[in-house]
Amino acid sequence: MRATPDISAKHQRREQALMLALTLPALLVILSLVVLPVAWLAWQSIYHSGFTLEHYRRIFSEAIYWRSFALTFEISLLVTLLALVLGYPIAFAASSARRGWSIVILALVVLPFWTSVLVRAYAWLALLQRNGVINHLLEDLGLIHEPLVLVHNTFGTVVATLHILLPFMVLPLYATMQKIPRDLLQAGASLGANPALVFWKVFLPLSLPGVLAGSTLVFVLSLGFYITPELLGGGRTIMVSMLVSRNVELYDQWGAASAVGVVLLAAVGVIFFAVSRAIPLDRVLGQK
Amino acid sequence: MTFALHSALLRRTLLGASFALVTTLTSLPAHAEDQITFVSQGGAYQKAQTVAILDPAAKTLNITINQDSIPDAWPAIKTQVGSGKPTWDVVDTPTGYCLRGGEQGLIEKLDFSKIPNAAAMPAAYRSDYSVAYEFYSSVLAYSQKTYAGIAPNSWADFWDVKKFPGRRALRNHPIATLEAALMADGVAPDKLYPLDVDRAFRKLEEIKPYVTVWWTSGAQSAQLLNDGEVDMIMAWNGRVSALIDDGAKVGFTYNQGVLQSTSLCILKGAPNLPTAVRFLNEAVDPVNQANLPLHIDYGPANPRAFDTGVIKPERAAQLPSAPENAAKQALMSYAWWSSPAGEDAEKRWVAFMQK
Repeated sequence: MRATPDISAKHQRREQALMLALTLPALLVILSLVVLPVAWLAWQSIYHSGFTLEHYRRIFSEAIYWRSFALTFEISLLVTLLALVLGYPIAFAASSARRGWSIVILALVVLPFWTSVLVRAYAWLALLQRNGVINHLLEDLGLIHEPLVLVHNTFGTVVATLHILLPFMVLPLYATMQKIPRDLLQAGASLGANPALVFWKVFLPLSLPGVLAGSTLVFVLSLGFYITPELLGGGRTIMVSMLVSRNVELYDQWGAASAVGVVLLAAVGVIFFAVSRAIPLDRVLGQK
Repeated sequence: MTFALHSALLRRTLLGASFALVTTLTSLPAHAEDQITFVSQGGAYQKAQTVAILDPAAKTLNITINQDSIPDAWPAIKTQVGSGKPTWDVVDTPTGYCLRGGEQGLIEKLDFSKIPNAAAMPAAYRSDYSVAYEFYSSVLAYSQKTYAGIAPNSWADFWDVKKFPGRRALRNHPIATLEAALMADGVAPDKLYPLDVDRAFRKLEEIKPYVTVWWTSGAQSAQLLNDGEVDMIMAWNGRVSALIDDGAKVGFTYNQGVLQSTSLCILKGAPNLPTAVRFLNEAVDPVNQANLPLHIDYGPANPRAFDTGVIKPERAAQLPSAPENAAKQALMSYAWWSSPAGEDAEKRWVAFMQK
């Protein structure tokens, strides 16, 4: 926000105060519903009738936590990459198609979004299980003789999580791509670049903010997924969220569970810090 | 100590919460001293109790029974007693919680001279802090389509993948699963405790590759068997008999089942202690107890219920706690599971699942 010379500094300050006043209600809501509860839970993880690091000692000394954290990041990364690979062409098609078609494409993306996560997880169970639709189809086609094990494992978990999170990738991508002026592509072509080069040199860099936003959303959301690994993981796919619930039951202290959440939050913070160092975010996000 | 959460939350649905609320609102007390607040787990289970036990007991004792329901009573017991002013009197919860609560001073010690109806119950059905209320069982169930000729009849059969090929499912929890593993390894049902945890986990490693699903909820276990996702499963008897009633081609055996119970216990400092004790006695009255299996597939905790004539012999044969069925099964030791060794076994479970 650069002040134009004809606006006085006083005027500018007044405007800033007004903006602050307007955001105040939202800030208060976030403070009371997000920041305070999170702080309270974090406090519980180090204080239980006296200061204690017991919950953290447990997390760093028992291998089960490390294994679940590794698996959770593995699955989240895989889901994010697959969502990008599947979501990018969808968003591209929606942003390039004529208006009627783009509405149809977006509707197909958003419709499942309105269905409960639980219902969709069970739907995948019906599709993927031993006597499910997919195994029967493959058997009828003569492609397999023994039913495949498609669910009650990591595969089933990834498929359902991907399906549930796909709109979170497509929508930010679409919003970004829609704003890319198509004249730029024509300009590139007029300068002699073939379509592939135009895409690579012009369209892709301009769509990166959407890629970043979508990937961040999908990655962070899948880190905390509970329903799909619980219902479709067969008991073996133990993600961090499941350790949180296990610790509530096993140790009868909020702290035992919230410490796991704090470590996950810290790990995500470290990752994003590292990513922001590796990728020049201001250049990617600055729409210039 | 997660068995309460699992068995309570998942075995019975939450549907009863609204039902219990309505009951609470409509049954206003006549005199303050003539009422108790009774808490169970809601759903069809709490409805069945209301008809079979709670309403008759209220009538006999001339008291008002206010009902509440909660899937997992343990955290509420802790906070209520911790606050110094509990509002609940009697809780129906997995037996382990009564024992643990007793150890931690959250549960009243019972004076069994005031609970004469409990005298007919085996000593193992009672503790200083609890009296068993109803029984269910973790049984071996199987698809009759897959095993049309000879049916599996023991945990040794469950482990025998040559004689009984097929996909298997076990509960994603050590309770009753470790017992089954030890029985598969040749330990007699009445010689299980204290559990040899190392031996049990070693035996579980053997069957692990053939276990396609480790289930977490009772509904899931029924679905797995019904949809043919697995051929053999350890599941709760009520879930399997519901499938059989619906015409599913499945069967189960009580042989080597693990007999489990919920118990009644009274919160320390309960507002209506004397009335609560009177209620406890009435709740395990043989006739009231005999009424329960007429409404739901759980067995009475008082064996005298089978002498009342209320339960027909055909019905008794289906119930987990009928003397003939109970004799074939292992009786779960909640005392062992709430001991440090039991808690350690529970903590080991996740590591076993991750390997």
